Amino acid sequence: MTANEALPLAVIASSLLPGLAIFALPERSVALRSALNLFGALAKLALVATLLAGVAAGEDYAFRYAVLPGIDLAFKADALALLFVTLSAVLWLFTTLYAIGYLENAPHRSRFFGFFSLCVTATMGIAMAANLFTFFIFYELLTLATFPLVVHRGTPQAMRGGTIYLAYTLLGGTLLLAGIVWLNALAGHAEFAHGGYLAAGDAPNWQMQVIFLLLIAGVGVKAAIVPLHGWLPQAMVAPAPVSALLHAVAVVKAGAFGIVRIVYEVYGIEFAQSLDLLAPLAVFAAVTIVWGSFRALFQDDLKKRLAFSTVSQVSYIVLGVALFGPLGTVGGLVHLVHQGIMKITLFFCAGNFAETLGIHKVSEMDGAGRRMPLTTLAFSIGALGMMGAPVTAGAVSKAWLADGAEAAGMDWAIWVLWTSSLLNAAYFLPILWRAWLRPAPAAWPEERIVARGRRETAWLLLLPPLVTAIMTLAAGMFAESPGSPLEWAKLIAAREYRVAH
Amino acid sequence: MTSGLIFACAGVVLFAMGTAGVVLLDHLLRRILAFNLMGSGAFLVLIGLAQRDGMPDPVPQAMVLTGIVVAVAATALALALARRLFALTGGYGLPQSEAKDGND
Amino acid sequence: MTDPLPWLILLPLLWATGAFLLGPARGARLALAGTAVQLWLAFALAAKVSSAGTALHHPVGGWGAPLGIDLAADGLAALLLILTQFVALPLFLYARAYFAGKSPAFWPLAGFLLAGMNALFLSADLFNLYVTLELVGLAAVGLVAMGGGAQQLAAALRYLFATLVGSGLYLLGVALIYGVFGTVSITALTPLVTADAPPAVWFAAGLMLAGLMAKTALFPFHYWLPPAHGGAPAPVSALLSALVVKASFYLILRLWLHPFAPLTQVAAWLPALLGGAAILWGSWQAIRAERLKELVAWSTVAQLGYLFLIFPLLGADRLALHAGGMQVVAHGLAKAAMFAAVGVLIQVTGRDAVADVAGVAARLPVTLFAFGLAGITLMGLPPSGGFLAKWMLIDAALLRGRWDMVVVILAGGLLAAVYVFRVLRQAFLLPSSGERRRVERRPVATLEWTAFALAAASVLVGLRGMEILRLLEAGT
Repeated sequence: MTANEALPLAVIASSLLPGLAIFALPERSVALRSALNLFGALAKLALVATLLAGVAAGEDYAFRYAVLPGIDLAFKADALALLFVTLSAVLWLFTTLYAIGYLENAPHRSRFFGFFSLCVTATMGIAMAANLFTFFIFYELLTLATFPLVVHRGTPQAMRGGTIYLAYTLLGGTLLLAGIVWLNALAGHAEFAHGGYLAAGDAPNWQMQVIFLLLIAGVGVKAAIVPLHGWLPQAMVAPAPVSALLHAVAVVKAGAFGIVRIVYEVYGIEFAQSLDLLAPLAVFAAVTIVWGSFRALFQDDLKKRLAFSTVSQVSYIVLGVALFGPLGTVGGLVHLVHQGIMKITLFFCAGNFAETLGIHKVSEMDGAGRRMPLTTLAFSIGALGMMGAPVTAGAVSKAWLADGAEAAGMDWAIWVLWTSSLLNAAYFLPILWRAWLRPAPAAWPEERIVARGRRETAWLLLLPPLVTAIMTLAAGMFAESPGSPLEWAKLIAAREYRVAH
Repeated sequence: MTSGLIFACAGVVLFAMGTAGVVLLDHLLRRILAFNLMGSGAFLVLIGLAQRDGMPDPVPQAMVLTGIVVAVAATALALALARRLFALTGGYGLPQSEAKDGND
Repeated sequence: MTDPLPWLILLPLLWATGAFLLGPARGARLALAGTAVQLWLAFALAAKVSSAGTALHHPVGGWGAPLGIDLAADGLAALLLILTQFVALPLFLYARAYFAGKSPAFWPLAGFLLAGMNALFLSADLFNLYVTLELVGLAAVGLVAMGGGAQQLAAALRYLFATLVGSGLYLLGVALIYGVFGTVSITALTPLVTADAPPAVWFAAGLMLAGLMAKTALFPFHYWLPPAHGGAPAPVSALLSALVVKASFYLILRLWLHPFAPLTQVAAWLPALLGGAAILWGSWQAIRAERLKELVAWSTVAQLGYLFLIFPLLGADRLALHAGGMQVVAHGLAKAAMFAAVGVLIQVTGRDAVADVAGVAARLPVTLFAFGLAGITLMGLPPSGGFLAKWMLIDAALLRGRWDMVVVILAGGLLAAVYVFRVLRQAFLLPSSGERRRVERRPVATLEWTAFALAAASVLVGLRGMEILRLLEAGT
């Protein structure tokens, strides 16, 4: 095995092996467990950095293992894969730190961190899968690894959320499997390729369209496209680090990433357009964007409001994919990263409010900004980013998406973006107003962590949201400098369209 | 109709009767006897059909001998189980409670 | 090296007799040693078959067919031999800890069972197969009755009658075949049986296959399986569900592929129809089951259904055959693991009820993992062997335009998810305070880890798919 074959495997192993080791650890060995976690996360970052440098220089990283005749378990670290891998690896590190702080003294931590690592492993596999078969393997692994996290608390409420989550995702997985095997039977087993590997004439058009529907419905469940989004608000019963991971990195992104792969590298953007598949997809994305924002307006539960916001924001990615043209592609891809950074900030902060002061509802947020200024500041940056305020990462994504919509001649999509931005402001600004400007109540709902000196909460809870908030600003301000998510998205779009044209 | 064919037909009839008995009867001893009837029917077919050209064929004779040994063993096991069941429940019928496994 | 074929039959007979004479403590050690050697022999045999590419033969005592008994092993037989010894070895370790020397009947019966199974896989003529079928059936009935309670005896008797009727039908078929062709050797029969064979041959084939289906508990002949498998002690249930039902399935497949291929084309839809019904009905009953073992037993009914879906799909591309072989292996490992895991859950909670596993996730993580991994295989989720089997089966069905079967296969996977997660969900639930106070036995590590090893094997076997398929190709 050469180094170029081993690297993708090493990226997967760097979370898989610590995860398996953690399962075997007794509950009380906190230090060893944390060390293993952090070692895995840092090792992964180092490996990903190597990959990034290599791919930018034009290296190929691929690994293949025959499972059945003609069917390989195959990994490939291309530019698109690395976009997602890097996002996951970076956010995994911060989520791990956060989770260590969050779960201090909580029960069943070995199980939690074990599945947490498996979850990241699955995300890596999804990102680097080189064919639909491999993609499916890790897609289902993700479902299985997240279920114990969702039901971690073991309350009947958690069980209900977990059951709904499973019902949706397993059904989605079944549709996806049907689509993949069918496609495999028609067009043979092929690897993802720039510009797609399907061509007109492989099969009757109606079959191609039905398969597309099956595949998109299968991954659309995780991407929470309306009407397949019902599980996401229910899954909010999970602990905050899990919600952060689910919303920003693992689950919904796996769905969105799947759509990117299917549209660009299975069907190919041109072929998908010629089959009239992109316009309906754009419509579904638009409906989801507006519907999610609209529902978010009426949620008093802070995490539920954020959850509906995720429903809406993830479909920005889908919309970008469905806009036929490189500008939309760049907008969608860059939002994959930007939404992750911003949403994880918001969930970290929501977790801080809940853990420190017992605040779970928007109506309890009065005066939180004075008691926890840094957390509230990070929250504000994330929220402003979501609205698309200037200087933040959100502004960059929205600008590119709007340009893409214009270039594709879909002016209605611009109106969708505007409506959504207004709705975003309508459900985020009241939170900020309450937190900063309203007086604090006499007593917080449930104050658990008492401020010591200048620290408003445990430093492990405070550090991650601050860092991701800074990243939100940095991604906005330095969007045009080399190495930024935007530049990387441009590189991917250039590769997709160079082949297509 | 040759004698062999008569034997075979009688065997098939016996077999059918035996099978019906095993499936339909309630009393365990009767079911065990019915199983033996089934076996005898099959052996009769084997012996009857093997009489080709008037010459006896040794192979089916050997098979029937083996089959009888197997049938005796099975009967012994069934009788032992039935006796044990009788000692426990005082009856020679199968308790019906398992039916709930499928139906409740 | 000596020929492994006869030793695979002789060894278990020897250690079974030894265990009978020496008692359970020494018997268990003997059984473990013997099974380990058998496993090695099975692998050696598979290597030989694989490299030869054709079936191996062994005339017993130097007397070959037609007068003597001929043993034969091809790829399919070698695969099942490996599976049998591979599953039996950890299960025997499990049984040793489970019975803790208290169950003298287990070891001799298990030995005779293995001898019967190995002989069945190696037999090359129809009558010999009858004898081995009976050996397997009688040993299995003895194992079911081992508990000694009225329920278990009743289940054993029901099972006995079902298996006797099944092998009776088979025997009558053999008699008719001998009457027409004058031989019972499978190799000799293969060229003789053609589509214009006399009605007696058709009748015989029907009888034999029907009898074997009854023994494999194919819907609607499944009625005996849930009480028998659900009522026996856990290691016995595991042996029966994982291996014994596969023996009669193996025979159906063998007959279907070789002597009866010209006859069976017309009725290939029938086993598939019954298999589909088994998947739906078995899963549905598993979803409703209140007892853990009952749930797992009904799941066996459902999973056996997948095996019968392959018959109309068998063809030149061999995809369906591969799917069947993979499903036999994956289900064998997973079901053994699942019964073993359930055995631990019952031992620790003291009750056999799905409702009572609440909260075991915290106390028995290894066992629950075993259950979950086995469940992954049964649901057909990747990367397990069950997934590969399902994948190939769907592929084969699509290639022949059988949409109805695709729907049944996918629906079966979802239904399996419902009954597997019913248990897992309950296990993650926090127990109410009253239940938490109940005194529980501590789990035995051997029990937990053997269950886990089997479950892990059922998932990881998916990564060795190529080897399994290559072995299946050798001379089958």
